[in-house]
Amino acid sequence: MIRIYQVAYKNLLRKKTRSGLTIIGIALAAWVLVSLLGFNAGYESSLNRDIDSLGYQMLVTAKGCPYEAATLMLKGGTGLKYMKKEIADEISKEPEVDGITSMLMHAVFDPNKGESGGITAYLGVDPATFPGMKSSLEFQQGEWFTDPEAPEVVMGYEAAELEQREAGDKFIIPGQDAEFDVVGILKRTGTQDDGTIFMPLNTVQNLFGFKDELTGIGVKINKDADITQFEEKMYKLPDVQVVSLSQVKQTIMTLVSTAKVMVFSIAVIAILISIVGVINTILMSVMERMQEIGILKSMGATAWDVFKLIWFETLILCFSGGVAGTILALGTSKFAEILIRSILPYAPSGGLIKIDISLVIASIAVVTFIGLISGIFPSWKAGRVKPLEAIRSQVE
Amino acid sequence: MEPSIRAISLKKTYHVGSEDITAVDDVSLKVEQGEFISFIGPSGSGKTTLVNILGCLDNPSSGELWLTGRKVFDQGKTLSESELTRIRREIFGYVFQKFYLIPTLNVLENVVLPFTFYKKEGAEKKVDEVIDLLGLTKRKRHLPGQISGGEMQRVAIARALINNPRILIADEPTGNLDTKRSREIGMLLKELNQRHGLTVVLVTHNPGLAGIAGRVIELTDGKTPAAAVG
Repeated sequence: MIRIYQVAYKNLLRKKTRSGLTIIGIALAAWVLVSLLGFNAGYESSLNRDIDSLGYQMLVTAKGCPYEAATLMLKGGTGLKYMKKEIADEISKEPEVDGITSMLMHAVFDPNKGESGGITAYLGVDPATFPGMKSSLEFQQGEWFTDPEAPEVVMGYEAAELEQREAGDKFIIPGQDAEFDVVGILKRTGTQDDGTIFMPLNTVQNLFGFKDELTGIGVKINKDADITQFEEKMYKLPDVQVVSLSQVKQTIMTLVSTAKVMVFSIAVIAILISIVGVINTILMSVMERMQEIGILKSMGATAWDVFKLIWFETLILCFSGGVAGTILALGTSKFAEILIRSILPYAPSGGLIKIDISLVIASIAVVTFIGLISGIFPSWKAGRVKPLEAIRSQVE
Repeated sequence: MEPSIRAISLKKTYHVGSEDITAVDDVSLKVEQGEFISFIGPSGSGKTTLVNILGCLDNPSSGELWLTGRKVFDQGKTLSESELTRIRREIFGYVFQKFYLIPTLNVLENVVLPFTFYKKEGAEKKVDEVIDLLGLTKRKRHLPGQISGGEMQRVAIARALINNPRILIADEPTGNLDTKRSREIGMLLKELNQRHGLTVVLVTHNPGLAGIAGRVIELTDGKTPAAAVG
């Protein structure tokens, strides 16, 4: 006995190149779709993780571009603006505040970094408050500095690897005469902290000539406090801007939304092209086999039988394309991630493309479903062929 | 015993532009069960059109058709495609000039292909018997591209017989074969008729092949001689 799906499968083998090209077309559309959905899921979860690992819910910075502030909060940027440290005292007096931590970031060009030099970020943090707020940071070696003026550094995992330093080593900042002790190396966090070199706040202020100045104040808010109300209060402070986690997220999501729309448009176009490809392939196949379909009907095949046969062919093409595209997406997700990172203005650390089993199943199902929709017309056309007309067409 | 086929004043007219062309003109005939008849005539004589109506592949314009005692067509009342399919499944097996085997299915798979759509009770038990009868036992696993034209037509005949039809319609079954293979197919049809009691309706323009039938009916301009009624 031979089943209808076996007949459909073997029919597709008759024109291997055509079937193969159609599957490739569907696979490319599925690839784009899976990568896009994976990016959607991965980007947001990485961003949330980055934000959660900050340890504070709000960042107060000097007034300036909000995008810059968002970048500073997550990445540390250039063109930094400064505010007076008295602002930190004012904020800490607010009843909603559970704690604050003052920070000063400074970027230094290191001519020995990479092939043509690069920027290294030094983050001055308050040893009394910062470790408590960033309790998620764990040490691979050593511990935090305790003296607010100590000539010591704590290195993020990647920074330590790049500088090839271990706890107990000496470290020199390019352009500075002073020598610093490496007192701790952090474990890998998968966040921007990995590439940062932490120093005591006062040390950074004195070293780079920004005494009494700050670039950011992390604010931890009481659990039962009204964050919106507190934000309103903060807006009233002169020359500062407040960036809350939700705002950061919103700002970044706005930044990437354009890229998302672009990629989504490409995915839609790819899917439309593959639908046309499927219709074309199946329709051509039906036209070529018109007489054969007539013979099938003379054998006792009903219109529904023929419809099913042709529909199975579409199903096999689309399912194979969907599976191939998903495998392709899984295989190239790292490459796609590199590509996306080069395009986006800000990308969170960690995996940008997250393809899990539910996404794989959903994508294959969507591609197969779309394919089945596109197979309706050719299958219907084949089903309504009258045997006599078909058999006659062989003679003509 | 009811005849396999009884046609009364069958007529088929086609409208081509403003002109009416009568392909089958007032044909009446009777084919008994287990009879072997052949239709012969020049191109355009209407033999294929007539056999298409007898085989329920087409509706007549008027007239009556009875198959195995059951009235199928009645004075121009047309049957839907699904009704025609039901009759075809029950009664007929068809063999055409072209074999229409699926090249990616082997001989056995091509033979049992009709089971994908419809299977008469007990038909699957006769698969080996039919394959053996058609001399295809050693070719079961071969693809159509690996067998000769004569063998391909044998596969097509086996496929037509697999659902145990009451009537076999063979429309120019040797049209694509050389003389030797044509004779073989002719003898095979005769054997199916004589040894297995199958009613065979053959259409051919080859008088030699037509001669193997028990009765030869010559069509001219869509008409049969009066004696053809049977």
